[in-house]
Amino acid sequence: MPVESDGDPAAAGTRPAHNLWRLRPYLRPYAAEFAWLLVAGLAGTAAGIAVPLIVQRVVDGPVARHEPAGLLQLGGLALLLGVAEAVLIFIRRWVQSSSAVGMEAALRADVYAHLQRLPTSFHDRWQSGQLLSRITSDLSVIRRFLSFGVFFLVLNLTTYVVVVVLLINLHPALGVLVAASAVPLLLISRRFGRHYHAASRRMQDQQGDVATLVEETAQGLRTMKAYGRGPELAARFAGAARRLHDTGVDKGRLLANTSALLDLVPNVTLGVVLAAGATAAAQGALTIGELVAFVSLQLMLIWPVQSLGWIIANGQEAATAADRIQEVLDTPPEIVDAPGAVDLPRDAVHGRLRFEGVAFSYPGATTAVLREIDLSIEPGETLALVGATGCGKSTLLSLVPRLHEVTAGRITLDGHDLRELRLSSLRRLVGVAFEEPTLFSMSVRENLTLGRPDADDDEVRAALALAQADFAYDLPWGLATRVGEQGLSLSGGQRQRLALARAVLGRPAVLVLDDPLSALDVHTEALVEAALRRVLRDSTALLVVHRPSTIALADRVALLEDGRITATGRHSDLLATVPAYRALLAAEPPAAHPPPAGAGGPSTSPSDGRGLVRS
Amino acid sequence: MSVPKQADPPPEEEPELTRWRGTATDPEADRSRAEDTSPEAVARLRRLSRSLLGDLLRGHWRRLAAAVALLLAQNAAAMAGPYLVMIGIDRAIPPLRAGDPGLLITVAGAFAVASVTEYAARRGFLTLSARIGQAVLLDLRRQVFGHFLRLSVGFHERYTSGRMVSRLTSDLDSIAELVDGGIDSLVLAGLSILSVAAILLWLDPPLAAVTLFAFPFLFSLSRWFARSSASAYRRTRDAVALVIVHFVESMRGIRAVQAFRREPRNQRIFVALGDDYRRTSLHAFRLIATYSPAIKLIGNVTVAVVLCYGGWRVLGGQTEIGVLAAFLLYLRRFFEPMQELSQFYNSLQSATAALEKLAGVLDERPAVAEPTRPAQLPTGPDRGELVFRAVSFGYRADTPILCRLELTVPAGQTVALIGPTGAGKSTIAKLVARFHDPDTGTVQLDGVDLRDVRDADLRRAVVLVTQENHLFSGTVAENIRFGRPGADDAAVQAAARAIGAHDFIAALPDGYATQVHRRGGRLSAGQRQLVAFARAFLADPTVLILDEATSSLDVPTERLVQRALGTILRDRTALVIAHRLSTVETADRVLVLDGGAVVEDGPPAVLAQADGRYAALHRQWRESLI
Ligand SMILES: Nc1ncnc2c1ncn2[C@@H]1O[C@H](COP(=O)(O)OP(=O)(O)OP(=O)(O)O)[C@@H](O)[C@H]1O
Ligand SMILES: Nc1ncnc2c1ncn2[C@@H]1O[C@H](COP(=O)(O)OP(=O)(O)OP(=O)(O)O)[C@@H](O)[C@H]1O
Ligand SMILES: [Mg+2]
Ligand SMILES: [Mg+2]
Repeated sequence: MPVESDGDPAAAGTRPAHNLWRLRPYLRPYAAEFAWLLVAGLAGTAAGIAVPLIVQRVVDGPVARHEPAGLLQLGGLALLLGVAEAVLIFIRRWVQSSSAVGMEAALRADVYAHLQRLPTSFHDRWQSGQLLSRITSDLSVIRRFLSFGVFFLVLNLTTYVVVVVLLINLHPALGVLVAASAVPLLLISRRFGRHYHAASRRMQDQQGDVATLVEETAQGLRTMKAYGRGPELAARFAGAARRLHDTGVDKGRLLANTSALLDLVPNVTLGVVLAAGATAAAQGALTIGELVAFVSLQLMLIWPVQSLGWIIANGQEAATAADRIQEVLDTPPEIVDAPGAVDLPRDAVHGRLRFEGVAFSYPGATTAVLREIDLSIEPGETLALVGATGCGKSTLLSLVPRLHEVTAGRITLDGHDLRELRLSSLRRLVGVAFEEPTLFSMSVRENLTLGRPDADDDEVRAALALAQADFAYDLPWGLATRVGEQGLSLSGGQRQRLALARAVLGRPAVLVLDDPLSALDVHTEALVEAALRRVLRDSTALLVVHRPSTIALADRVALLEDGRITATGRHSDLLATVPAYRALLAAEPPAAHPPPAGAGGPSTSPSDGRGLVRS
Repeated sequence: MSVPKQADPPPEEEPELTRWRGTATDPEADRSRAEDTSPEAVARLRRLSRSLLGDLLRGHWRRLAAAVALLLAQNAAAMAGPYLVMIGIDRAIPPLRAGDPGLLITVAGAFAVASVTEYAARRGFLTLSARIGQAVLLDLRRQVFGHFLRLSVGFHERYTSGRMVSRLTSDLDSIAELVDGGIDSLVLAGLSILSVAAILLWLDPPLAAVTLFAFPFLFSLSRWFARSSASAYRRTRDAVALVIVHFVESMRGIRAVQAFRREPRNQRIFVALGDDYRRTSLHAFRLIATYSPAIKLIGNVTVAVVLCYGGWRVLGGQTEIGVLAAFLLYLRRFFEPMQELSQFYNSLQSATAALEKLAGVLDERPAVAEPTRPAQLPTGPDRGELVFRAVSFGYRADTPILCRLELTVPAGQTVALIGPTGAGKSTIAKLVARFHDPDTGTVQLDGVDLRDVRDADLRRAVVLVTQENHLFSGTVAENIRFGRPGADDAAVQAAARAIGAHDFIAALPDGYATQVHRRGGRLSAGQRQLVAFARAFLADPTVLILDEATSSLDVPTERLVQRALGTILRDRTALVIAHRLSTVETADRVLVLDGGAVVEDGPPAVLAQADGRYAALHRQWRESLI
């Protein structure tokens, strides 16, 4: 479940299958197939129904009248119908399977596409396991319903109606009796459907919880190992699995009660028919053959009724699964191209980046992380952003490629509000390196060219050289080596350098680098700095730094305090004039000034590091 | 019968949609035992999965017996129906004509009893079987999850989290599908087929003999289905795992995906993987779409034959009309369950493929195993002596990272490990934390080889704060408490205070109860490091390894942490890996590592005076300071 659930269960309760119904466009490509399938299904059922009627003919006709010829004819007919039934079933299932899996694949692709469009704030809030269970378990529930449930619902209802009509035809009084048995069936199913709906939603959410736990454990495996917390995590998992188990048992009990009850109804009806029919036969109102046919026809009702419980269960599951999927699809992507958004070609960009009265607060948060940010970075200039831990530097950086949207004010690139640019265009112009080098388990090359599959070897080579990441060529398969999940088969510094190479690949107009050298040793850092300096000359750059050594890269420094820019200027000037700045960067803490009060930073407690860092 | 053409042949894969994945450095990466597809491996997995199923069911035999008894009752009751109908028609009508309803009433009464019995037995059975099924699933889930936790870091690096997720979700789903709808149809259908066969034989043996002709056909058809569907479902499991792996990874890295406009390419890859999954499922579904109607065909043909032959026998006076009617009714009850059985068989094949995967995982032996004869770590003061004896280690056989490393860290010493990136610093840390075992040589803690130390003991003694510190979703307090699960709130706060994290935590909207979200995304990078630090502090180990634990902190905060470290590390052994020399200066001893070998070793002050690498680094660093 999302941390803040935005689904409205009450609405779903009033229109249980509404969201399922909304999925019908996915069936549209298969409309013709579905028509075929219904025809084949109905014809197949009709062929199936005809067989007992022929049995009646045989018993009443040739057998009673001792006519071997008629017997063979009718037997041949039965054979023909039997073959036809099997062939029709074959056609139906064959067609059904392709449309069901086709629909599932299309829906999955659409959910994935939508998830990729949803902003990071959505992904922060939603647990990944919940998303995963939607594209796997929920989709296959829907697929199962569409490939069997719906069909059997239609088919069984039709069978039921047809058989009842035939029964009424055979013997009106008894037929009406059978028809009346539909009333209790209806009542039972309605009650069952209501209860099952809730249980199946609970189960699906719990499946998502289990998936989340598994995924989190897999991700945090090293931490788990490092602390030896296996038993605790196993217990936590066992708790989630136990809840799933309990819901499963509940569902099982509901289904058991109902399907036994549903089974009882046709049995009781059969008993009544038997008694009444025998009486009627005794009075000569019914031939024995008719009675046999009546009863065997009626036996055909057992399966449709018996399967009713299962179909309803399946339908409810599909309905709640559709609810869950629509919850995702109904979340509008907040960060999208505005109407009339323009493309900025790289050549036309100078790279003047301005923040004008920018404010930002995270969704759901009461206090703003950034307030009244006014900042201007000239083309080719490098601005270093300095601030205490947790003061909002990374947040500020994430606004540039519009991973988050400003809540007030605007950011402009060469005078264009970022929101007036096409997202894809903006993100092509901006190269980003995050604090954590997000790598994927794919080839080094693919990791580097994430969004630019067209990058040629020279560009890749240049980027790697710049980031001092030539080690990539020495990996066992060179650039085709898979780096392992999250790049974990590389050392920390190697990961960071690949991420840096990725950011500078293709010389973006604006570079946004979040503490890009934090995992490098002093020596490598110096090398990367020297190389970076060359690139930074023709890119506008915004970089977050913690270390005084890296500040040398910047033309100008901005100090971020309490969500505001409190000072900008050259490093040496700020050192001389701004005590807070000096406190933040000086190796030796100034004795006279208290350390800066960062936004919730830990620095509010008194700190004198004397004796720790000797000069 | 002719087997129709199977699902569309796999189209030529676009090379660009397969190459992106790259080549794994480890040739075993895609071939963990659970993934092996050679015939011997498949046979072995089949065997393993069967014995796993046996193990899972063993604990439930009482309930299973009760369930079977209930089923028998239900089945008997259900079978009584048509028999009573036959009696009603054949025997009760003549006396009724004579005005004697006695027999009919008896029959009707018996029918009522049968119906109620069937109701009660069915309800009981279904409830019980749901219980058994869910219990088996619970058991399986826990077993597999527990085993995943025991497997080494190296295994997980190869296996990837996506596949682990897929095993524990999608594979279990397909077993659950069998549990939900399958078991009863198997037993019930099986029973009803057997009992109907018996009744048929008893009713009219020659007619029944005709029915038996259908069996060879049924049998060979089923064999064909078994063989082809087993491999089809196996492929399905593999295909869905790839879908999940890709999904999980791209959702995890969604920031990078969006910032680098990876979406279209991701979408193409995902669609291609999804299409592969679609194709494999379609293939499997089409097998059952063939199998099930074929069974139906055999049934229908048999009915037609029996009809003719039976009618002929009635004509000849060898049997009664009522018998023929009942026979035909029973025959339907004979073939109807066959349909269910074929469905069940299908679910079974799909579940077996999944079970094989799980059995394969359970079959993996942890590379870093619990000792069979654990040695006790000595207790008492001055513990925490670390010794590397001729340790060689490489992640891959052909690229050694450490070569015959010799290193002794006396108890209580704080050692700083520095060196260029990729030198092997983290590797040493991981060996001490026993993420991996050395290829040759030993790592000893207080004179005991780590291989002989029980995991629980080792973790109490040694804690590693990894370079990529991970927070679990949950509250800040829960994350700190991860270091020592029993700790109370006061201890958690004390730990946070000690390293200077209290103030920022207290300033969060819900303080210590603030949810940190997935992977700690609600916190800034530095805040995450502080929480991870507090966690390690709370764990209070004898040996603390810090792998760049302060790299994302600002200078004042780092200084605060340093000060805390001064106290924390006073009486424990510490291995501190850092690039910032400010951290290193406080250490008792510095090791400069390069290419997996210690190239300089000594107290920082001494090394700084010497004319080595450290001195050069030190000078460079001093110059960068302000
Ligand atoms: N998703 C979020 N929801 C709410 N608050 C958040 C979220 N992410 C970060 N914050 C808060 O916003 C503040 C700024 O975070 P940010 O990551 O920008 O800090 P930072 O300056 O980059 O710090 P660091 O130097 O540690 O990286 C922090 O106090 C953090 O707790
Ligand atoms: N899991 C792994 N599988 C394969 N190779 C690995 C793995 N982890 C590290 N390596 C390789 O081993 C070497 C040493 O890595 P290690 O992580 O020990 O370096 P490090 O000294 O910690 O570097 P850094 O300062 O960058 O963190 C590197 O070349 C790295 O690519
Ligand atoms: Mg940050
Ligand atoms: Mg490292």
